[in-house]
Amino acid sequence: MTSKRPWWGTLLMYVALAAFLFFLGFPLLWLLSASFKSTSELNSLAVNLIPADWDFSNYTTALERQNLITAAGNSLLVSIATMVITVLLSMPMAYALARLKGRLRAAGTVWILTSQVFPSILIIIPLFLVLRSINLNDTLFGLILVYVTFTLPFTLWMLQGYVAAIPTELEEAGEMDGASRVTILRTIILPLLAPGLVATAMFTFVSAWNEFFLALVLLQSPELYTLPIALRSFLGAEGQTQLGPLAAGAILATIPSLIIFSILQKKLTGGMLAGAVKG
Amino acid sequence: MSATATAKKDTSTNRREPKRIGHRARAQRREAIALVVPALLPIIIFSLIPLVSGVALGFTNATLKRNAEIEFIGFGNFIELLGDDRFWGSFGIGIVWAASVALLTLVCAIGLALLLNSDLRLKGLTRVLALIPWAMPPVVIAIVWRMIYNPNSGPLNGALEAVGIPGVNWLGDFSTALPAVIVVGVWAGIPQTTVLLLAGMQSISPEQHEAAAVDGAGALRRFWHITLPALRPVIIAVTALDFIWQFNSFGLIYVLTEGGPGGRTMIPPLFTYLEAFRNREIGYASAMGDVLVIAIMLILSLYLVNQFRQTKGARS
Repeated sequence: MTSKRPWWGTLLMYVALAAFLFFLGFPLLWLLSASFKSTSELNSLAVNLIPADWDFSNYTTALERQNLITAAGNSLLVSIATMVITVLLSMPMAYALARLKGRLRAAGTVWILTSQVFPSILIIIPLFLVLRSINLNDTLFGLILVYVTFTLPFTLWMLQGYVAAIPTELEEAGEMDGASRVTILRTIILPLLAPGLVATAMFTFVSAWNEFFLALVLLQSPELYTLPIALRSFLGAEGQTQLGPLAAGAILATIPSLIIFSILQKKLTGGMLAGAVKG
Repeated sequence: MSATATAKKDTSTNRREPKRIGHRARAQRREAIALVVPALLPIIIFSLIPLVSGVALGFTNATLKRNAEIEFIGFGNFIELLGDDRFWGSFGIGIVWAASVALLTLVCAIGLALLLNSDLRLKGLTRVLALIPWAMPPVVIAIVWRMIYNPNSGPLNGALEAVGIPGVNWLGDFSTALPAVIVVGVWAGIPQTTVLLLAGMQSISPEQHEAAAVDGAGALRRFWHITLPALRPVIIAVTALDFIWQFNSFGLIYVLTEGGPGGRTMIPPLFTYLEAFRNREIGYASAMGDVLVIAIMLILSLYLVNQFRQTKGARS
């Protein structure tokens, strides 16, 4: 195929590729450069990606001023708790969805699909009322409960794809040896499922770490703000916002999910496709 | 009478017969219940019940104001909603937003997936960069693009000024706000769609392309007659899902413009949120949510009917 393409075709493709690289990469590069720029440089219309004089104080200012450390701690707590609870809850059900036949499986699949369709605004209004009536609104525990519920569908979808990929013959062999279901799950399924579990757990962590809307509705006390909400409260009226510290905070908020996503890249797409094909 | 009674009795015992399950089967059912209940419980409490009561709240006058009793008011909210131009305005904007983002994302993603599926260099770098929008928190995406669009310090106006074109207040101007927000939506949506399309492309056997090339088909014709038809199911599914996700999206536009200027980027979820938690009219807001669900269901059923027709057409 390569030999057939004229030189201008190759050139055109590289131009297109460069355009995509620029379009996709520029915003992060700009944010990174803004986080090292001085206030005066940030308030000018200069289009230089490399700061004229490097200013590292944005990061310290961001951390000191806007209780960003508290927010990061809240985000970390909420994300880890959501991750652990979601994975523990979804593991058995994903196994059931992948292995059982009949109405339960069909109902589960339909629910997973419809949960993607409903606007979260419709669910959050009564959820807010329920949590308020049991005094769990404006608490991190309430937020965790809500996050678990909202991440379950996708987690189940991913995990059941991983379970379906494990051949049933392995379980049958275990059954022949007289092992109980629990033993089979623990000694045969769990080790084979481990990579899928790790991928699912990481994905759940990132979902909770990045989430904005539910936290915005449920959290009112500034000391409970998660990182996205705290960052949003940085934004004042145009011109009053301190762009440097804001950029620094945004970079800090991005690092964990960027790391996890680069590790996950292959597994995530594989899991999504497995779920799509076998679900 | 007595005959029917005995007949009834007979059928009922007959029906019960196959239900008399063995010890093993009963144990299996208990296992299934034990596996499903831990996840099912939170789903029912925090998802199904709120969903049902969310739909029901649309028929009440519930507010977040103090000492207000919730009363059932039938279709009152919906009748009021019919005449609410601001809601229908936001509905139209929501459709323009979701359709534009879904279609533009699709076009960009097909292009990018084709490039990533070819024999070019720089593919590793592109793959990593394509991942970035996917991993970035939506709030951060909105913050970066606010900086880029900033009329007084943004690089976009900086670049325009450098070549002598006057700057634009991208997010603040009535005519540019919606297109500017759509560009951000496309930027954020490209990675996922690209990955799915790329996977679809890689499942097309290279022999097909080679055979067509031997027959003298150019790259364009091979794309049109081989790649595109093979990708068709993926394209339809991805675009339908993307449309629904965008129609329901919130955070990006909320942080970028809060629906402004003058409601030019006010998509329905944003409008509903403001009605519920700023105006505190949660009954009325829930009615809006109900209308949104019906709209999405209609769109989804159109998609399903289309899918059904195609599979039927393929079979006959």
